[in-house]
Amino acid sequence: MSTTQQALGSKAPGSFIHRTERLWQSRMHVLHGGMPLSDYAWAIAFAIPYVCLFLAFVIYPICYGFFLGGDPALYAELATDPHYVTAMINTIIYVGIGVNVKMAIAFLLSGFFMRKSWWTKGLLVLYILPWAMPALPAFMSMHWMLNGQWGFLNSVLYEWFHIEGPYYLNDRTLGMTSNICAYIWKNMPFWTVIFLAGRMAIPTELYEAAAIDGASKLRIFRHITVPLMAQLYLVSTLLSTVFSLGDFNAVFFVSGGGPAMSTEVLATIGIRYAFDIGDPRLGVAAVLTSLPLLIPLVVLLMHMLRKQEVQL
Amino acid sequence: MSVGSNIAMNSERRRHKRLKYLIEAIAMVFGLVLLVWSMLPVYNMVLIALSDHGAVFSGNIYPHDPNLNSFVIILHQGFWYLEHFWHQFGNSIFIGAMTSFLTLAIATMTSFTVSRLKLRHGWLLSNAALMTYVIPASFLAIPFYRIMSIYGLGNNPWSVIAAMVTFATPYAIFIFQHYGKSIPMELDESARIDGATPVQIYFKIYLPLMSPALVAVGTYALLLAWNEYLYQFMLLSTPDSMTVSVALAQFLNSDESPWNYMMATAIVYALPPIAIYYASRRYMAAGLTMGGVKG
Repeated sequence: MSTTQQALGSKAPGSFIHRTERLWQSRMHVLHGGMPLSDYAWAIAFAIPYVCLFLAFVIYPICYGFFLGGDPALYAELATDPHYVTAMINTIIYVGIGVNVKMAIAFLLSGFFMRKSWWTKGLLVLYILPWAMPALPAFMSMHWMLNGQWGFLNSVLYEWFHIEGPYYLNDRTLGMTSNICAYIWKNMPFWTVIFLAGRMAIPTELYEAAAIDGASKLRIFRHITVPLMAQLYLVSTLLSTVFSLGDFNAVFFVSGGGPAMSTEVLATIGIRYAFDIGDPRLGVAAVLTSLPLLIPLVVLLMHMLRKQEVQL
Repeated sequence: MSVGSNIAMNSERRRHKRLKYLIEAIAMVFGLVLLVWSMLPVYNMVLIALSDHGAVFSGNIYPHDPNLNSFVIILHQGFWYLEHFWHQFGNSIFIGAMTSFLTLAIATMTSFTVSRLKLRHGWLLSNAALMTYVIPASFLAIPFYRIMSIYGLGNNPWSVIAAMVTFATPYAIFIFQHYGKSIPMELDESARIDGATPVQIYFKIYLPLMSPALVAVGTYALLLAWNEYLYQFMLLSTPDSMTVSVALAQFLNSDESPWNYMMATAIVYALPPIAIYYASRRYMAAGLTMGGVKG
């Protein structure tokens, strides 16, 4: 083998091939973040399914939604529709009360379930059932349970206390209360478990040290549990707010939006406009009016979820 | 030690013990209230499912003459709303299984390329997923319905599968990226030195080591699809394409409302997800503490 051949064929440092390869690699480095070409191709290939999914089923519907609800006349129509105004108010009540009551109780209950006795463990298993079961059967059962004439609740009131119970779903206030209770019933177990996991992640040394220093239970709660759980509580509440804004099932199946559309929320009235009244543009417009509330929430949440890589 | 102080200590201890019992008793009462609250709708469901049609409208609070007739009716599809019940049950299983499989496939590929292959601008994908995660699904329902008819997928189970995969993948990607951090990069690097291609690393290293997270997310996607109502109601319209949840809600359309059949159907529909949830609770809990949350 001649020296030239050797110089061309080998990958010895300083050889021609070595140099071109180095050059090629540094080019690739600039282009693809340090990967050889085939790996870069693979990385792209692996990303393609999700990119397609996202474009076809998230971006396209969003753009189509803006196109459908783009006519300003729709919003004038909404503003004069008393059902819409009621639904907007209901949404604020539903989300505001539902989420906060649920979160506060779930937080306290997570402390209750920290108790180390056999029966709290058993109770936790049953307490999770509302979360484990599908929403539909539970809400239908509640709908019938709240029936003024034959419902279980009024039957109990009559049999045990001889009280004629009210017609829960024929009244706006009672209907809203029923919806909110149903929402809390379904979702509270989940957040309790989240908070329970958060509490368990707090090192026991902190509590022991505080106890040795003679801190009372209340002070321990105030100065250890609350500050360490604050971040989790905040993120959970925001996330829950967004989810409950879009909650359709509780309202649709418990009160059915009645009586006379007085307990509708944005998520259900949009569907009502689109499928019962047959005006999808108005439905989309109704949903779009939640954007002033939704966008800040989404931006804030994305920031929080990304930045701190939450340990939920 | 004097006798007096001994007695004082004893009474102190007794008082402390009594206080402990009192607290335990209060906790038990509280626990009972919680139990009643959690079980009330479930009890109501079982009560009605075990009743005859007439007994539903009698205001009973305990089952009188409980029987399984309603469940027998479901078994034989002996009511006109239940004519296709087992076929619809199959539809629900098919949609759930496909959603689960596709969610796992797409989300593992995405998290693999973002966090293992370090795809440039991969954070854009993570952000896209995060954004989808925090948009309420029901807000996209109307445009989604229109788009499915544009795609020619009206009344087709694949339109529901597409919707379910869309809403399950963000959480899946979120969980996989968190879980994947526990797998050392050195494994990939040494495999790379031995000449493995990215595909081989994905199948032989990444997926096996991710299996606990795969179980958790697979179950999550399955339950999401099984439990979902709105999209299935919108996108599936004929009795033989419907899923169980849509068939169940159909009962509400009729005026005579056979509530005993309806509640029996509800129980049959609710049992599989409950069983799956409790069976995989350990995995689910692990997944939850590791990653994010989804209502």
